[in-house]
Amino acid sequence: MKRLKSYNNPVGVSKYTGLWLIMPFIVGFSLFTLYPFVSSFILGLTDYNMSSAPEFIGLDNYVSLLTDKKFLKASVVTLKYTAILVPVKLIVSLLVALLLNLELKGVGFFRTAFYIPSILGANLSVIIMWQFLFTSDGLVNQLLALAGVSPVSWYGNPSSALAIIILLRVWEFGSTMIIFLTALRDIPKEYYDASKVDGCGNVRAFFSITLPQLKNVIFINLVLQTISALQEFNAPYMITDGMPLHSTYTVGMLIYDEMFSYFNAGYANAVSWVLFMFITLVIALLYAVTRKARRDS
Amino acid sequence: MRKLPVYILLIVLSVIMLYPLLWLVGASFKTNEEIFSSIWFIPESFDFDAYRKGWETVTPYNMGHYFLNTFKIIVPKTVFAVVSSVLVAYGFARFDFPLKKLFFSLMIGSMIMPKIVTVIPEYLMWNSVGNGALLDTYLPLTLPSLFACEGMFVYILVQFFKGVPKEFDEASRIDGCDAVKTLVYILVPCIRPAVISIAVFTFLWTMNDFLTPLIMVPSVENYPLSLALRLSVDSTGQGYEQNKIIAMSVIGLIPSITVFALAQKKFVKGITAGGLSS
Repeated sequence: MKRLKSYNNPVGVSKYTGLWLIMPFIVGFSLFTLYPFVSSFILGLTDYNMSSAPEFIGLDNYVSLLTDKKFLKASVVTLKYTAILVPVKLIVSLLVALLLNLELKGVGFFRTAFYIPSILGANLSVIIMWQFLFTSDGLVNQLLALAGVSPVSWYGNPSSALAIIILLRVWEFGSTMIIFLTALRDIPKEYYDASKVDGCGNVRAFFSITLPQLKNVIFINLVLQTISALQEFNAPYMITDGMPLHSTYTVGMLIYDEMFSYFNAGYANAVSWVLFMFITLVIALLYAVTRKARRDS
Repeated sequence: MRKLPVYILLIVLSVIMLYPLLWLVGASFKTNEEIFSSIWFIPESFDFDAYRKGWETVTPYNMGHYFLNTFKIIVPKTVFAVVSSVLVAYGFARFDFPLKKLFFSLMIGSMIMPKIVTVIPEYLMWNSVGNGALLDTYLPLTLPSLFACEGMFVYILVQFFKGVPKEFDEASRIDGCDAVKTLVYILVPCIRPAVISIAVFTFLWTMNDFLTPLIMVPSVENYPLSLALRLSVDSTGQGYEQNKIIAMSVIGLIPSITVFALAQKKFVKGITAGGLSS
């Protein structure tokens, strides 16, 4: 016999009331997430230059990807960028959050000071500012000169060009830090008192109390930062334009160029699908790898 | 005094965090020569010339025009996002309905959907309606907000709704309020910090968004601030009138800083209490 599901609603409320309330989400999800997602997959299987009708070519786009030097280079750049940025940003955020969690005066000021760059960070004004800081006679080189270091050609050298962008994103560590700080405040003080009674030092307490209590938040921050790093577009587009030698040319920029500079809509969609699959894979991996650690203790 | 090193460290860090912004503001009053010869942010003399020139931009329109464009996008977007997110979160937090778990997972899942993947088909979709006529309006930028498209907002609101006792709903129902009245008169006032956070976030994110207008706004006349700025950078280039670009950048930061300063207290409370901690 079919079991009738009962809905736990107040008396007189139909089981459809909630459904009506979330209707905007259902419509929006279908139109602005599901539809683009499916259509992106389908277009990825076509040759489509946006002026004549898409022509079905199967997996050809995906096959050409494998030998497309520009795509391979962009993938390496994006991976390198993500692999450096995410750990550095998380560690800086956590360390600063730990400092702010000490009982200090003026925490409010410091918290705001560290938070401001992250809310303005993606603003084009800030990106332009960053570009000026690293020009040949910009502020950074002027400071280096004071310290007796000869000026660095930041934009001329592949690794320093990537470093400019990584530094910009690390400078915007504020929102990640706030999430850590909130989680730190939620750890019961009794845990630390008990560990002190047992003769634990600060370092020991950090590894056996703080870190385990933070594991979910670390995971959330890790996922959020990885997703945004893998689709980086604004900063390299504005600051370095992918230069020099494509050393800051990300997959996000490649998708944009294929679509709006070369009008290869089919190819652009195939690349964005690969990026999406890759992001999903990375999240699934992170989830699987950290699963045990997050469940234990 | 044991904490002295910590204070020194924090002060040094604050300087690193804030000095670039101070430098930017100072540089907007400097001459081009002084910008690249002095590390001190206070200019030798205050010269508003860069602002006068910057305000005129390199386009036929002045910055005021682009401010207005930006607000034509931000105001509807903020209202849409707040109303739709509150309704949807209310549905998830307070009612039981068929496929609830599925929809909730889809909402969480949509948060990890990279913008760069959906933006191209979305562009093609808008472009296909009336031969691209809609790309001359701001609908492609504002309309998606009407559909609770930020999973993060709904999630934060659901956490806040859960913090309000269900007895409040029951009491208002006994007094004859229906579901919508209960929401508007009883629940929304209880979760005000979260609602304000969402409005502020929508404002800031829209000010910061560059990719979406870059794709969805083809005509210079309709550009928001960010694109007008980019155009000026591209057409003035390096080594010429930098102070003008810097002045425009400072102008471009004013709305975000104002809104942040006004909402700071409630806003930080909203994001910190906002449930990512659970």
